[in-house]
Amino acid sequence: MTESASPWIGYQEGLAAGELRFQRCGDCARAVFYPRVVCPHCGSTALAWEISSGAGTVYATTVMRPHRQEPYNVCLVDLDEGFRLMSRVDRVPADGVRIGDRLRLLKEAGTAPVFVPADRS
Amino acid sequence: MNPLRGRLAVVGVAEADLGVVAPGLTEQDLIGQAATRALADAGIDRTEVDALFCASSVQPAPTLNAAEYLGIRPRYSDGSNIGGSSAISHLLYAAGAIEAGLIEVALIVYGSIQRSEAGRLITPASVSIWEEPFRPRWPLTMYALAASRHMHQYGTTREQMAEVAIAARRWAQLNPKAFERGPLSVEDVLTARLVCDPLGVRDCCLVTDGGGALVVTSAERARGAPKPAAHLLGCGVAHWHRDISQMPDLTVTAATESGARAFAMAGLGPADVDVVELYDAFTINPILFLEDLGFCAKGEGGEFVAGGRIGPGGELPVNTNGGGLSYCHPGMYGIFTVIEAVRQLRGEAGDRQQEGVEVALAHGNGAVLSSQATALLGTEATLN
Repeated sequence: MTESASPWIGYQEGLAAGELRFQRCGDCARAVFYPRVVCPHCGSTALAWEISSGAGTVYATTVMRPHRQEPYNVCLVDLDEGFRLMSRVDRVPADGVRIGDRLRLLKEAGTAPVFVPADRS
Repeated sequence: MNPLRGRLAVVGVAEADLGVVAPGLTEQDLIGQAATRALADAGIDRTEVDALFCASSVQPAPTLNAAEYLGIRPRYSDGSNIGGSSAISHLLYAAGAIEAGLIEVALIVYGSIQRSEAGRLITPASVSIWEEPFRPRWPLTMYALAASRHMHQYGTTREQMAEVAIAARRWAQLNPKAFERGPLSVEDVLTARLVCDPLGVRDCCLVTDGGGALVVTSAERARGAPKPAAHLLGCGVAHWHRDISQMPDLTVTAATESGARAFAMAGLGPADVDVVELYDAFTINPILFLEDLGFCAKGEGGEFVAGGRIGPGGELPVNTNGGGLSYCHPGMYGIFTVIEAVRQLRGEAGDRQQEGVEVALAHGNGAVLSSQATALLGTEATLN
């Protein structure tokens, strides 16, 4: 008998719907990302889905400069709900991303979560 | 006192051929070279080895391959792999096994032909599904992210990071086995091609072939060894994450724990250490580890390495072999920090030998600042 659904599939279903889903622990109340079946903070299995507002801040950033290809940004983003993920910032030059920049999620269904500057339409 | 303090002694060390090895040599051949040379260094016959420790970048069960190749039949076999720090973690596990009476003589060995085979780091580590969509280059991107954060938070500069590469090169110029021995200036490092901001090519370790081996045994048995033994005074292992996006604070590594454990076991502190051998995969690494191991305060690593302090003639000799940046880097470099620590303790380090070395620190880093392992090794005089 199946006792719990796949965290990966639940996450992918969120992306397909244009949502960035994360988990909140029912016991220690901390945010959990990436999604899993046990809370890494307290060991609880009482994890429930929440949908991120998509508002976040650049925690660390770099510019990848591959040979004979366009440079591109890779960064770590701290979401306001209290979790971090790897992503990139679009609609600015690759070297135009700064630590501390405020971001918002680009809500495009079906893709990995990418961000744009918060003040950019 | 911790029962493992002084329980294990390193009695044999050796490198395989380094740099670009002869065409057709395999990583197994390099393991064979390193093992044979280290056993000769220890004056111990192959048949006396009853424990084998190997971590590999290409083999899932490397002790099976190595034992078969060497004709060794171990009763204790440990292929645990936590990345480039593995060989130092193996020292701790071997000490425990000696204390438990499970083993008498252990061989810790590593080999790789990554330069000849691929010309780049060969690693079994894949980028996780949570990071892969953003096309990071493992492990380069992850260290660049850590460097960006350290610069932002503490004002660390690219010039300070360049000082790490310069110190490594100046040490390498004293080591005939080092791969890169040409002149290198701060300007050269800063103007080198940027590969992943803020890291340029000269901020990144070498890609070479090579291998290394350590022969370890009990302190009692080590008394009969032909060369002075290097005694394991303390050893600590710690890991907190696998993916960089799961690292709680990119400016604080698990070396804070591995180092504290090693120092506590040894009953020593950073001021007691005469030479420091750190895994310098990128120029930011020694800065992080000098802070996390307690040689300077958090955030002061950039300033600490400036002005030649860690180079030849400096206050604190760091990476006296030239490090992964200039001496060799066949992938999992950790074992080479122990080899150099032992040579400095024995007084065998030639032109780069430091005077009166009683305590040496060897520190390994694995994956993307993920695992950390610290060993404190000392001369016979430090045992009591």
